This record gives sequence, C-alpha cells and structure tokens, in this order.
Amino acid sequence: MALTAFLEISHLRKVYGDNVAVSDFNISVERGEFICFIGTSGSGKTTTMRMINRMNEPTSGTIKINGEDVTKMDPVKLRRRIGYVIQNIGLLPHLTIKDNILMVPKMLKWDQKRMDERAVEMIKMAELPEDYLDRYPSELSGGQQQRVGVVRALAADQELILMDEPFGALDPITRDALQDLVKDLQERLGKTFVFVTHDMDEALKLSTRIVVMSHGEEVQVDSPEEILRHPANKFVADLIGEDRLIQAKPTITTVGQIARPAVSIVQTATLREALTLMHKTRVDTLLVTDPDGILRGYVDLEVINDHFRTADTVESVMNPKVFYVRQSAVISDTVDRILKRGYRNVPVVDNAGKLTGIVTRAALVDMVYDALGSGTSNDDGQDRSTDGPRTDIGTTDVKEGAHAVDPTPDDKEEVPANNGHLS
Amino acid sequence: MQGMNLWQQLVYYFTHNGQYILDQFNRHFLISIYGVIIAAIVGIPIGVYISRHRHLAAWVVGAANVIQTVPSLAMVSIIMLGLGLGVNTVILTVFLYSLLPIIKNTDTGMRNVNPDILDAGKGMGMTRWQILRQIELPLSLSVIMAGLRNALVLAIGVTAIGSFVGAGGLGDIIIRGTNATSGGAIILAGALPTALMAIISDGVLGYLERHFAARTQ
Ligand SMILES: Nc1ncnc2c1ncn2[C@@H]1O[C@H](COP(=O)(O)OP(=O)(O)OP(=O)(O)O)[C@@H](O)[C@H]1O
Ligand SMILES: [Mg+2]
Repeated sequence: MALTAFLEISHLRKVYGDNVAVSDFNISVERGEFICFIGTSGSGKTTTMRMINRMNEPTSGTIKINGEDVTKMDPVKLRRRIGYVIQNIGLLPHLTIKDNILMVPKMLKWDQKRMDERAVEMIKMAELPEDYLDRYPSELSGGQQQRVGVVRALAADQELILMDEPFGALDPITRDALQDLVKDLQERLGKTFVFVTHDMDEALKLSTRIVVMSHGEEVQVDSPEEILRHPANKFVADLIGEDRLIQAKPTITTVGQIARPAVSIVQTATLREALTLMHKTRVDTLLVTDPDGILRGYVDLEVINDHFRTADTVESVMNPKVFYVRQSAVISDTVDRILKRGYRNVPVVDNAGKLTGIVTRAALVDMVYDALGSGTSNDDGQDRSTDGPRTDIGTTDVKEGAHAVDPTPDDKEEVPANNGHLS
Repeated sequence: MQGMNLWQQLVYYFTHNGQYILDQFNRHFLISIYGVIIAAIVGIPIGVYISRHRHLAAWVVGAANVIQTVPSLAMVSIIMLGLGLGVNTVILTVFLYSLLPIIKNTDTGMRNVNPDILDAGKGMGMTRWQILRQIELPLSLSVIMAGLRNALVLAIGVTAIGSFVGAGGLGDIIIRGTNATSGGAIILAGALPTALMAIISDGVLGYLERHFAARTQ
C-alpha cells in the first residue's frame, strides 16, 4: 500500500461530442499536497476536478483514491468523503449556518452531540463568532459565506477537498485571508487539496505543485519554484507573466547560474607564477585552490609584493580566511550579505568545496534592479528584493540557502577586496 | 321584508338565516379546498417531473391550458353528463381548473432554483431524493404557494357556479335570490361571503408565499 499514492489519476480523458475537454491527464498526488490547476478558460480544469468526485463521468482512464477506483464506488458515498467548494459558494439559503455546516455529518447520521460540537469547532476554524451558527447565509457577507463554504467541506473529516475557483469572486483582501485559511488547513490538518484557479499569484502562494493546463493537456506539473525557474514553454512563461518571472528571479536563481569563471592558482605554485598570471589576466587578486580544485584562500598583489623574495609557494603567503558562497544558494539569500559587506566579488564553490566561479557585485546589482522594476526607488526596492511578494515561494529556499552560504562565523571571513579585473 | 331598504333586508336575512349561510360558506370552502388539494397532489409531482423533462413541459402545460380555456359553465355541464348532479362534479371541475396554475408554478419554481446550490448539494453527496426534499421543494415553495393561491381563488369562483348542479355552497343562496322576486338582498347574502372568502384566501396564501420567499433569498 505504501507504494500507491493518495490520489492517482491515469490516462484520464473526457470528450463532449467532438470536443476533447481533457485529453490524457496523469498525476499522482501524495497525502497533504496542495495541487493547483491553472490554465486558460476552457482548458479542462473544472472538468478534470469534477471527475474526481464523479460530478462528471470520465470517458476513459482511471482515478484512484487510496488505491480504490472511484468509478467502482457509489457516487453518493464517494462525494460524502470528499469536500467540495465552488466559486458561487452554494450555501442553502433556507438553512442556518449551523445546518449548512452539518449537511454531510447529518447525511452520515452522526449523533447530535457530536454534530453540535463539530459545528462549534468549524465556526471557530472559519474564524467567525460562534453566534453566527444561528444566522442565515443572507445575513453574512460574501467573504464570511465562503469561509462557511470552506469549513463545510471539512466538517465530516473529509481528507480530500476539491475547490473550483473558490475565491474568484472575492475582493483581494478577503481573498488573501481565505487563502491563508486554506493554506493553514492544508499545513496544519494535512488535508489534500485540488484547487482550480485562474490566478497565478494564488497558485504560487498555495500550491505544493502546480498543474498548468491548456486545451485539455497538462503542459507542466511542477512545484511553484520549479515553474518559475524553468517554465516548460512559452505558454507557461506567458501565463506566469514577465513581471513575475523577473521579480521571482532573485528567489529562484542560484548563485551558480550567474557565476563567472574565476581566476585561480594552485597552492603549490610559486609567487612568480602567481605574478605572471595576475599580469596576464589583469587581476590583482587570485583565488588559491589545492590540486583538487578545493578553495583554500586567496593572495593579492600587495602580499606577493611584500613576500616576493622571502617566500616560495603561494600556500605560504595566502590568506585562508575567504568568504564564499555555495553555487546552489539562491540569490535572494546571499545578496544581502554580499552587498552589505561591500565585496566586489565572491568565490562560488560546489558542495564539495571546489571552486567553480565567482559572482560579481555588478551582476547581483543588475538582477536586484531588474526584479524591482527600474522605476522603483532604491529603499522601497531593497525591501522587496528580500521580503517582497514572492518570498512566500522562497520560504524553503531561504532555509536551504542559509545553510548553503558559508556557515563560518564572521571572524573567519576576510574581504578579498580586489579579486577582479583591474580595468 | 317589505318596506326595508336593501341593507336592512340583508341584515335581516343574515340574522334569520345565519346558520344556513355559515353551513353553505363551509361547504363552499371545502369543495374548493378539496379540488385544489387533489390538484396539488397530482399537479406538484407533474410539475416536478416536467421541470426535469423539458420536452414534456410544452405538452403538459398546453393541455392544462386547453382545460383552462373552456368556460367554467360549459365544463361543469360536460362533467355533469359523466358524473351526474352533485358535489363530485364540482370538485372535479375545480381540480381541472387548478391544475394549470399549480403545474406551471411548480415547474417555474423548480427551474428557478439556483443551479450552484444544486451543484453544491449534489457535490456534497446528497441523493436525488434529498436534493428534491431538502433543496428544490423548500426553495420553490413560495412560487408553488403562489400557484396554489391562484388556484384557490379560481376555485372559489368555479364552486359558486357549480351550485347549479346541486352541489350546494354559497352559489345556492345566489340562485335562491335570483329566483325570488326582488331577491337582491339574498343575492348579496350569497355573493358577499363568496367575495370575502376569495379575498381572505388570497391574503392568507399571499402571506405564506412571502414568508417562504423571505428565507430563500
Ligand atoms: N457539460 C458540457 N458539455 C459540453 N462541453 C462541455 C461541458 N462542460 C465543459 N465543456 C467543454 O469542455 C472544455 C473544458 O471545460 P472546463 O469547464 O473544464 O474548462 P475550465 O478550464 O474549467 O475553464 P474556466 O477557466 O473557464 O472555468 C470546454 O471546451 C468546455 O466548453
Ligand atoms: Mg472552470
């Protein structure tokens, strides 16, 4: 059983007459994932989602929940196990909020005490006052009604929740609050969500994986970071939008991607060799590696000058206290440290400590500048580059990044002030 | 009764024949109500059915419409040929006249239920029967009630005409009045309660209709 995914959709196809609404849909969803379907209108998002609880019957293909084929289940029983939230809320106007919340528990014939408790629990989860339970839907605002719509889908302990553009009709502030609510439910309660949306920001904020759809086909299925980093094609890139791609750059681009070749020398080389190399490549600082290419330190022109007659190898005069970053670190996590320290260049190493290049201050500044949009003022911009709208995607990156950057304390670091081209 | 004006005559008639008028009033009301209730029992399911089978709707409503266009006097007479004199003839007539408003309003009410609510109900796992009982009927109740109201008001009129086949009711009093010399007061003694019954029925069912509508917004 461990090998079967929670929700397994394979070769799912739905045809209306000549119109292929969904052509060959495959996905394997683990418990606790938050899957967003995004795509242009008519791309088959709703159709695909509704086949999961058999509101639409597939033309062919299979859908399995916990290894059980849904088409072999009683649709009514199946639907009672799956939460369902639609854009237009669909609360029953003639029932109180409490009766609305308890619709599925009632169908499942829970005892009254358990239902009373559950109603209170759910209204709290919706962050609404308890006395709202006795109100009618028309006495609530649209946003409050949809809060009830969301918790109604959880009231019977449903593990899988389907949502079709649930927040599409809400104002941005209410939408934001409800997004936080569902994200919290997914993270805290481990519920699995399949969520249809038109809104890329919403998909990026909520998803563990995004399914990009076009004309009934899956174009790309990936994590938000991966979609931003490597849009599968122009369609996906257009859907994300140039602004978002540029803005997201610092959070998704790794140091390795913008690194340039470094000028380095092995530690066994003589000072004369070092000087020759400096002259030839017109730099005043050299990075020093061991024969395996592992970064060991740096030497600059001043040191060579001071020790030219007394010392023999580079190793004996190099400064081993060098600040470096790992190539897998994300720009947004390193940019602050690099810019604040005033380094012009920082060596980049791979996981083994091998020198792979340098990042220049100029390249970093360019990227941050782009991400902010050239019109924004510098102060405003500084904020957005680190805490801006896309840090939510980057959350995990930030943590990884923090480790990826040289973990050595400050006292070990030195400024390789001029490891750059002289000109 | 000579020497009294119409109003005095009316009061006189009421005071001396109060029980008789009340009996006829009740009889009249019951005949109308029976006809409407039977029509509701038959018509509401038909309305529900045609709301789901659109191709039948035109036929069914068309047939009910044809019934409606037959003048009530002609209808009572035709039915009398089959059922003879008596109350059943009138109840059947009332039943036939009530069908159209009840079927039509049930159909309209059912079709006007917000499809999102139906989708949500189905998506949460309601059976078809539960959807009908707990969503569609409650939400179309006010429209169905409006149909019943139309039907009942219509029925009260039809019942008055039906008295001439010996079914009784307030129409009886009116017929007596028309047969008596200077029976204007007697005619009024039958006609006024008939009008009053129609107005009150209309008001009460109208109130219920609004009451049900309030919770379905
Ligand atoms: N009941 C239906 N009968 C016929 N065609 C349908 C039906 N439902 C959907 N379609 C067609 O299937 C295709 C996919 O529709 P679907 O509703 O899944 O799109 P969607 O991605 O949800 O679009 P939107 O973003 O506009 O909601 C469309 O071409 C649509 O016209
Ligand atoms: Mg849709």
